[in-house]
Amino acid sequence: MKTALAVKDLGHRYGGRTVLDAISFSVQEGEFFIIIGPNGSGKTTLVRTISGTLEPLRGQIFILDRPIRSYSGKALARSVAVVSQTPPSDIPFMVSDVVLMGRSPHMSLLAIEKPKDVDLTERAMAFTNVQHLAGRRFDQLSAGERQRVLIARAICQQTRIIVLDEPTAPLDLAHQINVMDLLERLRKEEKITVVMVSHDLNLAATYADRLLLLKDGGVVSLGKPDEVLTFQTLEKAYGCVLLVDENPVKKVPRVTLVPHALLTNNSL
Amino acid sequence: MKAAASYAYPILKRMLAVSFLLCLLLIISAFLGLAMGSTAQDIRQILSVLSGHADQYPTLSNIVWQIRLPRVVLAALSGATLSLGGLVFQALLRNPLAEPYILGISGGSAVGAIIGILLGLSPFPGVAFFAFAGSMATLLLVLLIASTKTALRKDTLILAGVMVNAFCSSVIMFLISLTQDSRLHNILFWLMGDLSLSDAHRTLMLMVALLPCFTLLFLLARPMNILLMGEEMAANMGVNVRLIPLLLLAVTSLMVSIVVCHTGLLGFVGLVMPHLFRLLFGPDHRLLVPACIFGGGAYLILCDLLARSLPSQGEMPVGVITAMIGAPLFILLLRGVRR
Repeated sequence: MKTALAVKDLGHRYGGRTVLDAISFSVQEGEFFIIIGPNGSGKTTLVRTISGTLEPLRGQIFILDRPIRSYSGKALARSVAVVSQTPPSDIPFMVSDVVLMGRSPHMSLLAIEKPKDVDLTERAMAFTNVQHLAGRRFDQLSAGERQRVLIARAICQQTRIIVLDEPTAPLDLAHQINVMDLLERLRKEEKITVVMVSHDLNLAATYADRLLLLKDGGVVSLGKPDEVLTFQTLEKAYGCVLLVDENPVKKVPRVTLVPHALLTNNSL
Repeated sequence: MKAAASYAYPILKRMLAVSFLLCLLLIISAFLGLAMGSTAQDIRQILSVLSGHADQYPTLSNIVWQIRLPRVVLAALSGATLSLGGLVFQALLRNPLAEPYILGISGGSAVGAIIGILLGLSPFPGVAFFAFAGSMATLLLVLLIASTKTALRKDTLILAGVMVNAFCSSVIMFLISLTQDSRLHNILFWLMGDLSLSDAHRTLMLMVALLPCFTLLFLLARPMNILLMGEEMAANMGVNVRLIPLLLLAVTSLMVSIVVCHTGLLGFVGLVMPHLFRLLFGPDHRLLVPACIFGGGAYLILCDLLARSLPSQGEMPVGVITAMIGAPLFILLLRGVRR
């Protein structure tokens, strides 16, 4: 299998503070790869370097075995699609137009969208189940609908890799499962590599092939969910007491938060 | 109106429809602008002059082709430029109150022009040169204030522009308070916008400078759409988010400065025309750029026509008309759409 993404000795600083430090890992094509870690551990910065938005101060990134710097902006946009954490709230376009914009990296400056592009837009909207919203304005949608529209836009970009920064954070339970199932289908049916950041350890354990646990900009653990999600590792990374047992519906770890009050009462 | 703005109606058709419609409006306005004026004429005489039979009415022919035509073209070019300026700045700065002068162009060019007028220079090239130099100076200052090592900051850009304009306003007031003779009248006309100083040669020069800018902005219409999705997302869709906003900013500021130094501060057109077309045609810049070029031009021709034909003697500054008609019209449309 080919390597979709390889990161070698990545380092970055913001104003004297180290946010990424000697990070190395690689993601195989068709893998579901989830980056976890506490707030401020460098997850978003890492995602921004992978998506080419931020140039790291140190280290190298390879996308489909080619250095990221050798890609033009458009060529990179044909290989990696990104769903960022906070889209602007005042996007005036209609849903269909937003999804159709995903075609722009495939078009020259003067080109006009062709029937094929409209076709792909329709299919992407059907895939994420937003066809019924096609004529609505993007800024009038709910958070869950917006997220699905932006994922449709990313699908429309027809890339080998999709990078998502906390796509499930603003969503309720049903929408979280919807989005995760959608990404899983995308990986299975289209063999697209999914790299995402998540705060939800249980969701991550359920869907990921492999996890990357970051803390203070460094790698704490990298591997299959049952290797990474042990209470020793997690307590080290998050600095709080956690209970890890087995998820009753799928043989992956399940993480439960333990309130301080229960600890001091010695009831465990 | 807005529901039609979807991929179900191919963009090319919509572009052609909008362009055709507003181009027609521009042609009608231009015809009216050529046909009507302070000297009353027989419509048949006008028609024969316009259709090329000039020899029968040499005076009228002279008025139409030597005086009115440059003025109509100047109005069309200025209206188009200012509307485009507002369109680009509103999109780029993500601020609905942005207008073409927002980056300090109005203040700088006015100070320059007033100094030129007070020095007793002729409107062209003297005053125009001073106005252009003034706008370039303030523009550079604003860009310097707002630029950090890595990027231009939008909020700082707007604030810096407003502050520089405010400072220039006080300089303008000071200069006006010192002036008492007939030059005061010239200054006030310049500040309100004045299309009466057009001649064929200058208008042609203006056209040569502006048409490439219009073309460039039209080519950048789709990247402008994507920039509305936010800089981060635009970058991830392959738009060069350093180069393209800078290019837009530079081209727009340049063409607005070029127009301002010929016409003075024509207010309101640039603020409201983009909003008007957005209400009518939706947010796609591939429709809005041609709409601003043709529609903005037509609007200023009509306003100028009113400005020079309404008063029984002389004429009033066109800037008076643009807002007097435009503001109520815009409010009506806004109420109609948000019903």
